[in-house]
Amino acid sequence: MSVVKLDGLVALLEGFPALTGVDLHVEAGEIIFVKGPNGAGKTTLLHLCAGLIQPKEGNGSVMGHDLWSERTEIRKKAGLLSHGTGLYGDLTVLENIVFWTQIAGVEKSEIENRISWALKRMDLNSKLQSQKVRSLSVGQKRRASLAVFIVRRPSLWLLDEPHAGLDQAGREIVDELIKESVKAGATVIVASHDLDRVLNLSTRVVNLSGGSVVDV
Amino acid sequence: MTDIWLIARKDLKIEMRSRVLMNQVAPFALIILVLFGIALDADQKSLRNFASGLFWISVLLCALMAIARSMTIERDEGALVGLNLSGVDPSGVFLGKACAIAIQLLVLEVFLGVGIILLYGSEVEDLWLLISTGLFACIAVSALGTIFGFLASGLGVRETLLPILLLPLLLPLLIGATRAFDDALGIAAVNGWNWFAFVAGLTVILTGVGVAANYLIVEN
Repeated sequence: MSVVKLDGLVALLEGFPALTGVDLHVEAGEIIFVKGPNGAGKTTLLHLCAGLIQPKEGNGSVMGHDLWSERTEIRKKAGLLSHGTGLYGDLTVLENIVFWTQIAGVEKSEIENRISWALKRMDLNSKLQSQKVRSLSVGQKRRASLAVFIVRRPSLWLLDEPHAGLDQAGREIVDELIKESVKAGATVIVASHDLDRVLNLSTRVVNLSGGSVVDV
Repeated sequence: MTDIWLIARKDLKIEMRSRVLMNQVAPFALIILVLFGIALDADQKSLRNFASGLFWISVLLCALMAIARSMTIERDEGALVGLNLSGVDPSGVFLGKACAIAIQLLVLEVFLGVGIILLYGSEVEDLWLLISTGLFACIAVSALGTIFGFLASGLGVRETLLPILLLPLLLPLLIGATRAFDDALGIAAVNGWNWFAFVAGLTVILTGVGVAANYLIVEN
């Protein structure tokens, strides 16, 4: 069964067509690299797969759930790493991670283990953990954002420019995380302009242009 | 209930850290009280007669700041998208945000209450009526404010649209709460508890509307 199944999907943003008939099937364990110029619809495609945008036309399902009527189920299972960090600037890194872990409904008995694993994995030491997010550099914020992302352990990873703002070590951590997640049974869709890096990781490339898939 | 508590606690923690309420909104409230006094060029007896209305107008203006701030917290780094994606019930988001705003407004009401007593020489004749009206009206303002805060935020016009949308709809509440306070402060011979019942009814309706419409509001 396809993890992501999109047939003739049309999506509007602010009334303008952002996706104009996308057909895409993604199987479990795949790492899909979505490429395309600015405005091609990469981010919209990821948001659509996360159940954040109501399709205007077409049929779609993610992990067996209808794209819109069962979006709550999709949202619980999918993770979206977007341009914004999604962090609260006046809270510390640790407070942010604790909040997002609790709000995601992670079992109480698991919370502590998951948080310490995510912090260690993203190389966020105790000094950084106690700093307000507002005071962090762009790269450090991105690491904290990634820690929040992985702590939920999503089944479908939707990554929008995951390497942006990270140093070399951070980029390598992201690559390792993607590989590890697939080994653990997750499926990954990455939108990126970092062609060389993502091409090495991906199992398939999807080329978007003008809101539709021009090449798979 | 857990989601509501988590979101309200998070907002209040952010407020404690940023001190926007204490360092910006509270001084703004004080300035409003003083400016009204100067603009009306009135003696303390006249100001006492206007105290209820001035109190509630000040509360509403401060509420606009608190609501805008509450929405900015979620919008700045795209945290609202994260909340939607976390699978949390939108009514939890609505009630959590509204609770945090209500608690902040309660603190402001106490501050403004002390302000009208000290600056205008108001005297409290029915403390329970004063407390009950203050509590329910601030819940109503928070509920309606959260609904329109999300709507204005989603429309992209944000802070500029919020007062235009919110203040006309708060007019019945302003009238009810002012009349109840008129009685509680011994300004006018009205049945304050009847007006309190009106305010309480509005509070129940507005909170109900917010919970019922939360899917549309939070997601958009």
